[in-house]
Amino acid sequence: MLILIPILGIIFVLMSVEEENSIAAKRSALWTSIINFLLSLYIPINFDQTIPHFQFVNSFSWFNNENLKFSLGVDGISLPFIVLSTFLIPLCIFFMWDNKKDKIKLYLSSFLLIESFLIGAFSAIDLFSFYIFFESILIPMYMIIGIWGGERRIYSAYKFFLYTFLGSVLMLVAIIFLYQEFGTTEIPKILNFNLPFYIQIWLWLAFFSSFAVKIPMWPFHTWLPDAHVEAPTEGSVILAAVLLKLGGYGFIRFNLSILPDASIFFTPFIYFLSTVAVIYTSFIALVQTDIKKLIAYSSVAHMGFVTIGIFSANIQGIHGAILQMVSHGLISAALFFSIGSIYNRYHTKNIAFFSGLKTIMPKLAFFFLIFSLGSIGFPGTSGFVAEFLTLLAVFSKSTIIAFFAALGIILAAAYMLNLYKKIFLGEINNQVLKANSDLKINEILIFSSLVFLIILLGIKPNLLLNFSTSSIERIITLYPISIF
Amino acid sequence: MHILSVFLPLLSFLIAFFLSRKISDEIVDYTTCTMMAFSTILSLYCFFLINEYNPERIIKVSEWLNSGSLYIDWSLNFNRLTALMVFLVNFVSTIVHVYSVGYMNNDDRRPIFMAYLGLFTFFMLMLVTSSNLIQLFLGWEGVGLTSYLLIGYYSYKESANKAAIKAFIVNRVGDFGFLIGIFAIFIVFGTINLKEIFLLVDTQENTYFNFLGYNFHTLTLITMLLFIGAMGKSAQFGFHTWLPDAMEGPTPVSALIHAATMVTAGVFLMVLMSPLLEKTEFTRNFIIVIGSLSALFAATVAITQDDIKKIIAYSTCSQLGYMFIAIGVSAYNIAIFHLFTHAFFKALLFLGAGSVIHAMSDEQNIKKMGGLYKKIPVTYILMLVGTLSLTGFPFFSAYYSKDLIMELVFLDDSYLSNFVFINSVIVVFLTSFYSFRLLFYVFHGNNRSDEKVFSHVHESPNIMLLPLVVLSFFSVFSGLAFKKYFFGIDSIVFWGDSLINISLNVPESMIYQIPFYIKKLPLFNIILGMMFSAILILYLKKLKDFFKEKLKYIVLFLRKSWFFDELYDFLFVKPSKYIGNGFWKAIDIELIDNVGPNGMARIVKKMGSIVSSLQTGFLYHYAFMVIIGLTIFISIYFYLF
Repeated sequence: MLILIPILGIIFVLMSVEEENSIAAKRSALWTSIINFLLSLYIPINFDQTIPHFQFVNSFSWFNNENLKFSLGVDGISLPFIVLSTFLIPLCIFFMWDNKKDKIKLYLSSFLLIESFLIGAFSAIDLFSFYIFFESILIPMYMIIGIWGGERRIYSAYKFFLYTFLGSVLMLVAIIFLYQEFGTTEIPKILNFNLPFYIQIWLWLAFFSSFAVKIPMWPFHTWLPDAHVEAPTEGSVILAAVLLKLGGYGFIRFNLSILPDASIFFTPFIYFLSTVAVIYTSFIALVQTDIKKLIAYSSVAHMGFVTIGIFSANIQGIHGAILQMVSHGLISAALFFSIGSIYNRYHTKNIAFFSGLKTIMPKLAFFFLIFSLGSIGFPGTSGFVAEFLTLLAVFSKSTIIAFFAALGIILAAAYMLNLYKKIFLGEINNQVLKANSDLKINEILIFSSLVFLIILLGIKPNLLLNFSTSSIERIITLYPISIF
Repeated sequence: MHILSVFLPLLSFLIAFFLSRKISDEIVDYTTCTMMAFSTILSLYCFFLINEYNPERIIKVSEWLNSGSLYIDWSLNFNRLTALMVFLVNFVSTIVHVYSVGYMNNDDRRPIFMAYLGLFTFFMLMLVTSSNLIQLFLGWEGVGLTSYLLIGYYSYKESANKAAIKAFIVNRVGDFGFLIGIFAIFIVFGTINLKEIFLLVDTQENTYFNFLGYNFHTLTLITMLLFIGAMGKSAQFGFHTWLPDAMEGPTPVSALIHAATMVTAGVFLMVLMSPLLEKTEFTRNFIIVIGSLSALFAATVAITQDDIKKIIAYSTCSQLGYMFIAIGVSAYNIAIFHLFTHAFFKALLFLGAGSVIHAMSDEQNIKKMGGLYKKIPVTYILMLVGTLSLTGFPFFSAYYSKDLIMELVFLDDSYLSNFVFINSVIVVFLTSFYSFRLLFYVFHGNNRSDEKVFSHVHESPNIMLLPLVVLSFFSVFSGLAFKKYFFGIDSIVFWGDSLINISLNVPESMIYQIPFYIKKLPLFNIILGMMFSAILILYLKKLKDFFKEKLKYIVLFLRKSWFFDELYDFLFVKPSKYIGNGFWKAIDIELIDNVGPNGMARIVKKMGSIVSSLQTGFLYHYAFMVIIGLTIFISIYFYLF
């Protein structure tokens, strides 16, 4: 059943390409993605929360080789991300409803293609299939930035591609090594093997190089601000909301699950990089002059919490990390959509351009404030629960790291509220007066659905967390206990 | 019933916020005020439901978070302490709602304003009724948010926006300490439910906790971290900078949030944590020091300020200092007593100031007022009542609460408390001085405003005066009427387990043994302060100028409120921008990008050009290369083997 979803997506991509005019193309793409989303809801509804292993497993052989299989399945860790991807793609397509774009069909099919690959990557339970999906995503994303991006799009697209590709090459080596060693690439089987420590170290570094670039960790983050600034709104949304999560997902799925000894060995290293990332990028965000760049840097800071949480290797930490990824997926998507709304009206993302926008766009101001609050971890939003859990988890391991990472919440408040103040508050200036339209109905629908989810996960986080509890419990048995 | 008394304000917010376009402003006024009034009545009823046999009622609304051994519920906890706070918050909020209808009459965004007030009340109630620390933290940050929104209500004003952000961020620094404190509590006690923590306190009496590489006494560490949070919210010394600026918000907001309720949340938290505080003398002493410093600092600054609201704001900061002193000497019930009386008279003073500002066509500088008592006699009398209550004049409310604090400090026999006692007596003098200075400048003497404004001066409408009358009634009588519930034998039974009661260690009779001259020292100081300000301002103006000239630098130091803003700007604000730019331009762009991706690209390019320059196409070049290569290869081979 599961395997149908990405394939279904691809089929509909082809169908939408056949359509002639742009509205029809958008409509068919939208319906495809909505159907896809509804179908993906089948998984959580029929998911058994008590089973820690993969469910809905489908596999068939690949290259006519018994040991190289193409297999898909879902467990509590991948499930949230699959639903997140299928949820956000229709929003992206719906957001561009009124915008004119060149080569609209190619644009739409890129998104649907990304969706299929994303679902594939998140549900692959075979290293080779994972690698293939993981890499394939680069192609449509590269096109989105390179074709529909801003002025420096070519540089950014190259930077994005080379950076992420370089990391993954090492991962490929690691995967080939694992295949040589065990004769299989199926994750459930590999989980049962014990590797000697020195091999774990090298494998860990190989996987790390790939995911650290993807998530991105300091100091491999410099591709992200450039990519965001040049990418079109919908591209930024997908990039920030889902693509980055591949890194975090990879860390949990491979580094943490398969290589426990090396993970323990490298934990201080990860803590160090993540804490630096949180503080360093927050400071950078304070002085940004471009709205998108500011949000991009804040994404790096938020992802710092994710890696801290993951390598705390206790239940609160991984719960927090998963929730932080989903929550950041929603909040950063929302923020990038908001920036898109502003950009569509004023064609600039320069903070200094704006002042007193609240008078013209009160609804956007309201939504933006809520998203900012989510971003700074205000209690009652999903961001708070996530950051609370990760910091609590790391506090049991290292009070120093928790202390410094928690400084990030002060800095986050500073840069987000300053951003809000500079754009929306203050006296209205003449440049802002030029455009005169508040949010349209599709934007309101998108924003309200995001607000609803951000607050729902903030006051009922267990709706999400319960899915992953048993899978996490299986992972953390590999690690010494810090808190229960 | 209990739920309703907490959630009605939320409902009021939702109605006012989302339906304000559909229904007229008047209907919004009526609904919000009625809902708040209902909420007040219900909370009073809830308060009376609690008695010796049913000391508390915990209502679980729903589950919140459940991860590993961490369980957090959404729940409401009513005991004597929290029910009193719920009533107080609802009551003052209702008064302010009604007042705002008059005060904000000309504002076309009034429904939004009413909505924010409702939201604030809701968060404040969440804070006080919480049965675990995280829900408390939600309320804690929530009131910070609404305070941010309301300070920045006039969002076209740059100063208002700046003040709002400042308030939020200074509070966040405090919240940071609070949050770390919560983590420590969870690691130490394995729970964040208040009741369970209190049960386990004794097990941690002599344990140590490693924090940032140092071993601290566990309970001292935890209480210190929580106190940092309390300092932020209650604008104590070092964290006070946001409170005077917060006066940019509309005056009813200052009365509700920055005087009566939100700023006392820090005091409430510390009282709530009294079982932990009792085990750690260090923290209590620290609290006394900070409390005294705040009381003194704010009072000294208040005597030089010209803005009517800023004077009262500093006065709030100073009075909060008294509450913390009370906590420091373990007089938790007295701290709550002062909190209770302070809520009435400070709200009265602020709303009275609002009435003055309203009358003076939005003028806030007291030096530009004068001689108003004939024009607005009712406001004058109300302000006078508020001032007398604040200074602690006999039989007004603070006479009971504040003097008790000082007497208990006097009875406390530690070395520190002697200083604190002297300090608090000095502050009484200063309090009286600045309060009467305000009164004299505003209501007495000659008019200093321009004629046009002065001719416009008018008494406020009844909808504004009526709330003031109610408040003044409480300002006068709340001390006398409720004293026995806060101090003495009756209070032990009354409070039960909801807080640790000082009456157990200091018998009531000791209070009566205090020498007469000590007991009357505050009163003497009040009169002295009053006389002093009367002489300086009304009669001997030359003397004032003489003082001003001689004490020029001290006055400047005080006027600039000890240069805290400049110091923080220098220490934190400017460096952070500098650091941000440094990280971004020097490290991100120059170092990482240049060495990383761009560097790689450059190397590849160079390699390419080197390799391509080698391919000259001449045969003898290639032959030469081959020979050289062979030679090197063979020599290495022989060298190695």
